[in-house]
Amino acid sequence: MASHSPTLAKDGEAPSFYMEEDHHPEGGTMLGFWIYLMSDCLIFAALFATYAVLGRNYAAGPSPKDLFDLPLVALNTSMLLFSSITYGFAMLEMAKGEQRRMQLWLGVTGLFGLAFIGLELYEFAHLIHEGAGPQRSAFLSSFFTLVGTHGLHVTLGLVWLIVLMVQTEQKGLIPENQRRLQCLSMFWHFLDVIWIGVFTFVYLMGVLQ
Amino acid sequence: MSAASQSAHAADHEEDVKGHGDHSGHGSFKGYVTGFVLSVILTAIPFWLVMGDVLGSPRLTGLVIMGFGVVQIVVHMVYFLHMNTKSEGGWTILALIFTLTLVVITLTGSVWVMYHLNTNMMPMTPTSLHQHH
Repeated sequence: MASHSPTLAKDGEAPSFYMEEDHHPEGGTMLGFWIYLMSDCLIFAALFATYAVLGRNYAAGPSPKDLFDLPLVALNTSMLLFSSITYGFAMLEMAKGEQRRMQLWLGVTGLFGLAFIGLELYEFAHLIHEGAGPQRSAFLSSFFTLVGTHGLHVTLGLVWLIVLMVQTEQKGLIPENQRRLQCLSMFWHFLDVIWIGVFTFVYLMGVLQ
Repeated sequence: MSAASQSAHAADHEEDVKGHGDHSGHGSFKGYVTGFVLSVILTAIPFWLVMGDVLGSPRLTGLVIMGFGVVQIVVHMVYFLHMNTKSEGGWTILALIFTLTLVVITLTGSVWVMYHLNTNMMPMTPTSLHQHH
């Protein structure tokens, strides 16, 4: 703080501090990333709306009741939920400056995310193998688009996670890496929020019909 | 202003900056565990309702699981995304409210328009022709 000492002010000149503009420590990035997430939310809203409109146009093909395997969806949901809390634990370790433990929790998060993607790909492959691919009916086109877009987000989140783990390994917990990890945290939890909509609206409601 | 009060002010300011940075939020262990336990409960009940066919009526079950979904989204927002009315001077919540408005318009608007499209179309099949006359 020495450089801001008032003794540096010359006679007749009002001492000035670094108060000219509002301070926003990291705030800019966090708010900007939040607004990106909100725009992403609108993409998903459009895809949900598409599914809501087309979801019952089976074109004499299979319906959700014939296709969806709820125990598998429940397992998938738990994978994403576990990955959310392990990412939370990683953020707590980051706040304490425990780099090793943070990396460990991030690794666990990555494994849960990988399990989620694996199960989803298994489900997709199974559906396509049964002849229920995206080209079968409007219902399946909108289903694959909505769930596939979410899966693509999780996949890119995994890539981002690995990149940040490598960067943290090389540069340590510098403020830049902490900021990036906080952004990914928001991204990851946001995807879990979208998944709540997917399993409720697509899978559970689909089986109910 | 004396030098002492000014340096005190500077120290205050520094503390303010730090405090400001911190409350962008890592949450707490208790917060994450609370959010997780609530999420598990709020996920398990809808799956149980649907898989066990507990309520009997699909319509009622649908409404109930939608309710559980909304509550769980709020739980995630509060405990995992650390949403509150104060972060970033209220701008995050404002962006969220704006987005939710657009989401509601997109969803209800699409469903409303598309479900009424069929009734408002010219009758095409003999059966619907009889129904409309």
